[in-house]
Amino acid sequence: MHQVKLKILSNTALTADIYRMWLQAEDSDACTALRQAKAGQFMNIAIKGCYLRRPISICDIDDNKICIVYKVVGKGTAVMSAMQAGELLDVLLPLGNGFDLTPAGETPLLIGGGVGVPPMLMLAKRLLEQTEKANVILGFNTKKDIILVNEFRQAGCNVTVTTADGSEGKKGFVTDAMSDIQHISYYYACGPVPMLRALKGRLTAEGQLSMEERMGCGFGLCMGCTCQTHEGAKQVCTDGPVFRSTDIIF
Amino acid sequence: MDNRLSISLGIVTLQNPIIPASGTFGFGLEAAKLYDIDCLGAISIKGTTVLPRYGNPTPRIAECAEGMLNSVGLQNPGVDKVTEEILPKLREVFHQPIIANISGFSVEDYVQLAEKMSREEQVEIIEVNISCPNVHNGGMAFGTDPKAAGEVTKAVKTVSRKPVFVKLSPNVTDIASIAKACEQAGADGLCLINTLLGMRINLRTRKPVLANRYGGMSGPAIFPLAVRMVNQVASACSLPIIGCGGISTAEDVLEMMMAGASAVEIGAANLVNPYVCRDIVEQLPGLLDQYGINNITDIIGCTTK
Ligand SMILES: Cc1cc2nc3c(=O)[nH]c(=O)nc-3n(C[C@H](O)[C@H](O)[C@H](O)COP(=O)(O)OP(=O)(O)OC[C@H]3O[C@@H](n4cnc5c(N)ncnc54)[C@H](O)[C@@H]3O)c2cc1C
Ligand SMILES: Cc1cc2nc3c(=O)[nH]c(=O)nc-3n(C[C@H](O)[C@H](O)[C@H](O)COP(=O)(O)O)c2cc1C
Ligand code: FES
Repeated sequence: MHQVKLKILSNTALTADIYRMWLQAEDSDACTALRQAKAGQFMNIAIKGCYLRRPISICDIDDNKICIVYKVVGKGTAVMSAMQAGELLDVLLPLGNGFDLTPAGETPLLIGGGVGVPPMLMLAKRLLEQTEKANVILGFNTKKDIILVNEFRQAGCNVTVTTADGSEGKKGFVTDAMSDIQHISYYYACGPVPMLRALKGRLTAEGQLSMEERMGCGFGLCMGCTCQTHEGAKQVCTDGPVFRSTDIIF
Repeated sequence: MDNRLSISLGIVTLQNPIIPASGTFGFGLEAAKLYDIDCLGAISIKGTTVLPRYGNPTPRIAECAEGMLNSVGLQNPGVDKVTEEILPKLREVFHQPIIANISGFSVEDYVQLAEKMSREEQVEIIEVNISCPNVHNGGMAFGTDPKAAGEVTKAVKTVSRKPVFVKLSPNVTDIASIAKACEQAGADGLCLINTLLGMRINLRTRKPVLANRYGGMSGPAIFPLAVRMVNQVASACSLPIIGCGGISTAEDVLEMMMAGASAVEIGAANLVNPYVCRDIVEQLPGLLDQYGINNITDIIGCTTK
């Protein structure tokens, strides 16, 4: 983990309430932090006017630039959405364990739901450096919430979109699109708990799930972010956020 | 080493007054990956109980203006694992005094914990947490009644081979009376304050943010309250005091010591700035110069009545 300053390059709306921010690493510490960062890891961002930092997943890394995609849900993310290019962010990075790519096999399936979609993009790009094919299912509530689909396609993924109200793609939840996929060697998922629970119940393949919890610190000091696993209590911020699907107890 | 910063807590001498507070620094091992933790005065380790504890359901963390609430509920691996597995690892990376923070649900629990912990090499102070607001039937129940606080103190004193500091709760009307009860029961020092019981409500769900409903509030928001309580206790007792509550800068450290503290514990600030304790240790000498202070001990309790 490094405490670094990143410079905002751009901060643009992707939907009415979801923003993409590209950040530049300027000093050598920040560049090192970006080089070490893996798909599924996150950063913890200090925000003016907020006491605690805000955890946000890494969505993409391009050389010395890093991208996050975040939804405005409260005070901190509202402040972020008003920030301008040129301003500096104080972040702790990289945090958490990230996805393990080794068990992916030949036809891994990636599933993202809502704001669980962003971390899957970097994962997809890294996976496609080692496999030919990556099937991706992205689930949203409605057409207006859809993000990053083109980015996944451009990366070379085979993408299926679902919306709960049927306004775009297949109607229903991500689990409703799974029967179309021929072979699943392994799976990776990030999204709301009901989605993760449903996936674990439906899929016979093993996989990895990225969990979310309210955090005090983000690096293992406070015991705020605990989740229950078959190996006992684990910290989402240091032991996770990515856990093996077989370890998690919902 | 800059001995202008050296202070003593009774028979225990620290190279400086900066101590990460229990529950906000784990067992020091995560922080040791970030910087050389030997720069600290001491470390107060996570509150340890007789048996392992999972703690409370999540969410356990909420935010407030200039502070936070937690309802962790003493998640820890239990005293045996702490003494057998964790303390040996801490001793590899940390060579200053360790403060063992212990929490019980009965007087017998505290006695058993003090017996085990005080036998540990490098544990130089037993910090008796009678002020955890996040567990039922224990913790704070002992810290809000002078008689119960005195009983726990006396029982722990009979078995402990190391000085006993009692950690007080601010959730009381008269903290000085609790402090005096501990002093009379033989405590070697006091630590205050623990967190204040608070609550946040989510407007959208109309439910408490914390799964446990209430949680302990800490951070800069509680600093003036902590300074006042330390001052009241320092004016009423003659025991050494570890001042705690809302400290996040080197200036805050001096203020807390002027209120009556001989050393300080820093809690929530570690969670937002992992380097805060190291930074404060580095800034203190310059700040002493700025305020014309020779030795940091010169200012301890300069405002007590
Ligand atoms: C490991 C991890 C990765 C995340 N990645 C992303 C991402 O890539 N994109 C994205 O949009 N969101 C992500 N989130 C959720 C994001 O952290 C919250 O939406 C954000 O903290 C809300 O802050 P706020 O000040 O706007 O909300 P407020 O409700 O005002 O925040 C109050 C407090 O609650 C916490 N909080 C509120 N909602 C959540 C939540 N869902 N999860 C954790 N803490 C919360 C805040 O951090 C803050 O401490 C991630 C969460 C975690 C734990
Ligand atoms: C996440 C968290 C966990 C804590 N756990 C303990 C604990 O196990 N034992 C204890 O005596 N105090 C515990 N505390 C209280 C702190 O040690 C300290 O007394 C309090 O937070 C006030 O200081 P601060 O404002 O600097 O945080 C905890 C505080 C926080 C924020
Ligand atoms: S958020 Fe503090 S331990 Fe995970």
